[in-house]
Amino acid sequence: MPSQPLEGVRVLDLTRHVAGPLCTKLLADYGADVIKIEQPRRGDPARWIAPFLHDLPHPERSGLFLHLNTNKRGITLDLKSDTGRSLFLRLLPSADIVVENFRPRVMPSLGLDYETLRTGKPALVMTSISNFGQTGPYRDWSASDLILYAMGHEMWGTGQPDSEPAGMANKLSLHIAGEMAYMATLGAFYGAAFQGVGQHVDISIMEVLASSIDRRAPSLLAYQYCGERAERVPSVHGIDAPPFVNYCADGFFEITVGLNWWADFVRAIGEEWIKDPIFRPPVREVAVRERFDAYWIPWCMARTKKEIVAIFQQAGIPCAPLNTTEDLVRDPQLKERGFFIDIEHPAAGRLTYPGAPFRLPQSPFAIRRPAPLLGQHNREILAEIGCDAKDLAVLSAAGVI
Amino acid sequence: MPALPLTGLRILDLGIALAVPYGTMLLADLGAEVIRVESTQVFPHQTRGILAHPSKEAIQTMAPIAGGYPNREPGERPFNRFPWANCTGRNKLGMTVDLHKPSGLEVLSRLVKISDAILDNNAPGSLERMGITYPWLSAIRPDIIFVQLSSFGQEGPYRDYRALGLQVDAFCGHDMLRRYRDRDPSYNTWAVPSDYAGGVAAASACMLALIHRKRTGQGQHVDVSMVENFVNLIGHIVMDYTMNGRVQESLGNRDPDMVQGVYRCKGEDRWVAITIASDEQWRRLIEAAGHPAWASDPRFATLTDRIRNQDALDPLIQEFTSGRDHREVAELLQRHGVPAGPVLDDADAYADPQLRARGFFIAVRHADAGTHLYPGMPWKLSATPTGVRTPPVRLGEHNEYVYKELLGYSDEEYRELEAEGHIGTEYAPHIR
Repeated sequence: MPSQPLEGVRVLDLTRHVAGPLCTKLLADYGADVIKIEQPRRGDPARWIAPFLHDLPHPERSGLFLHLNTNKRGITLDLKSDTGRSLFLRLLPSADIVVENFRPRVMPSLGLDYETLRTGKPALVMTSISNFGQTGPYRDWSASDLILYAMGHEMWGTGQPDSEPAGMANKLSLHIAGEMAYMATLGAFYGAAFQGVGQHVDISIMEVLASSIDRRAPSLLAYQYCGERAERVPSVHGIDAPPFVNYCADGFFEITVGLNWWADFVRAIGEEWIKDPIFRPPVREVAVRERFDAYWIPWCMARTKKEIVAIFQQAGIPCAPLNTTEDLVRDPQLKERGFFIDIEHPAAGRLTYPGAPFRLPQSPFAIRRPAPLLGQHNREILAEIGCDAKDLAVLSAAGVI
Repeated sequence: MPALPLTGLRILDLGIALAVPYGTMLLADLGAEVIRVESTQVFPHQTRGILAHPSKEAIQTMAPIAGGYPNREPGERPFNRFPWANCTGRNKLGMTVDLHKPSGLEVLSRLVKISDAILDNNAPGSLERMGITYPWLSAIRPDIIFVQLSSFGQEGPYRDYRALGLQVDAFCGHDMLRRYRDRDPSYNTWAVPSDYAGGVAAASACMLALIHRKRTGQGQHVDVSMVENFVNLIGHIVMDYTMNGRVQESLGNRDPDMVQGVYRCKGEDRWVAITIASDEQWRRLIEAAGHPAWASDPRFATLTDRIRNQDALDPLIQEFTSGRDHREVAELLQRHGVPAGPVLDDADAYADPQLRARGFFIAVRHADAGTHLYPGMPWKLSATPTGVRTPPVRLGEHNEYVYKELLGYSDEEYRELEAEGHIGTEYAPHIR
């Protein structure tokens, strides 16, 4: 039985909502013992965010929360109370990593800044994820997924020139920042575990996005190189033939041809019209594009996504259907690879979740437990630091847990 | 100052295009000695440009992201001046070898012997056809870590499918989830977050394998599918389907639980993003906008009402924003406690007080591109700050060091390998 790579690594997880919980989920999914610490009663705000099972709001049945918190054990602790804080500090010696995504002023105001936490534990890694970073004039600004995309990413250049700039899928930017925080945490942990160097990792979601290779960093560099901004350009009425997104009989498909795959494209279509060298990219005249469309659109409309993808993949051309989430979940590739997994949860029942993001045969992803119920592991975890049933009753009555 | 966390590790970057070159750059930033393995005999499409030697005319018509060479000039070695490549090349060493020749494989095997990990995202089967497989690599070095990033994974019916980031996004449903609410997805601007996330995933998976190796001595063959990684980044949307059978439609810039949007500001093509998530924020918006009448409008009485009637609310908000500068209106709203931020274009980003205060942009001098500010690090590390140790790597820039110092080839052998077409800093004459 192969062991998981982060087995025996303990993480105290103060995160909530999206970016932080994704980071600690990925630690937990690869073996870390992640203790999720939530505020008593209300818990992680993600428990109150849709989608809910059968659309009925319930703190143990949010799909967002259930997905982002697999494999974690959960306790409740009021860090604003002296008792809560001291319980946290008693748990700390057992931890290798602390991850938090409060507003930057919160941890210092609780007396839990990195310098304090690392006292007596120099190899501690602490990752702080925030909207704009731990320093700077916008440090305390509020934000949302959309605002962060607007400030950190390619929104200004995304969309049509006659419309507003457009964002990405809901909450995608927060997830992306969470995965980068994971990478940074693993890097810092490597230095801590094997060279004894602990450190504080400061993740600004805005900077993660501004350094992204999904257009933003190259656009920023191109602006330095040639002084031109990444503008919104009309996509469908451009003159590239074929465009990226095309209609067909039952939906849309995405294809990349250009000069690189032109000969393959001509072969795959195999009809006389496409052999006319005037269509060879780059096309510079709208009239040529219109002539191309007169053949191309009927060709596409006579075929389904599936047929078209098969034809172009046979020819080695990058091509894929524009799937819905339903198409995606039912897709034979993901089925054959057993990507989606069923997880049983005491309050939400048996549900299908996305599975391993990466496959390491010698040190694999594994589901050991579903997302924790609020305060589910109070007893077993606080027992470690010597709290017995009587103590728990007192803490509970005082609202600390 | 302590050494960077990955100091002493050597990693081979066989990546093309965006994802793996970006992932290996993260490993290089953290201190690994990353060697880019390239060939002068094959031009890697989209990695170092669309063409090795595009004409000045050809690049004028391209968007800045593809044609934005310094001063829109291809220069003598355009492949060292391509903005995209120069965003994935910092802190790396570069060498060239032709892996299609047996003598090239011999060079690679010598490199593998002294390396810890290899990352690859060539089209499925490309390395295998040259004989570069995990069994071959692990016979040379038993504890080698081989990370292969692909669109669909190393197994399954689509394992040989060709897809770029665009197609991976499409396949995962992202195009349907990010289109304008009133327009079909053919109006989407191309975007490749799945490619970017794939690079981060490949690097993260490599870290997990390095940790496992340190603990057990074992290497392994790591399989990262860009699709499978990306689905985890839209998990809540996928789970709405698996829990409730709901196929979510695009919300445009809106949100199911909050009022939010992008609103026009003063000036040409200036915009501000605003989110109003609670009654408190709504009251504060009213205060900041100076429109007390909004508070008594029954259409906006509760959060649910405001979400339901956002079509009526948006023009009012826009009336407030449209006479104001995008940054000023965001600052005004933030002072009142309302989440808001300007939609930054490239010029705005370089002027942004937050990015400037944190030193996000880094000046880099590059021998073929000149001196410019580059977008910087995705993190800040307190004990071992990361930065630009060496500029974006040029084709074959460190051949001498790699062949002679690392691999021990003599001057004579080096000249022979050069004559055979392995070693160079220019593409072969047959490449346009």
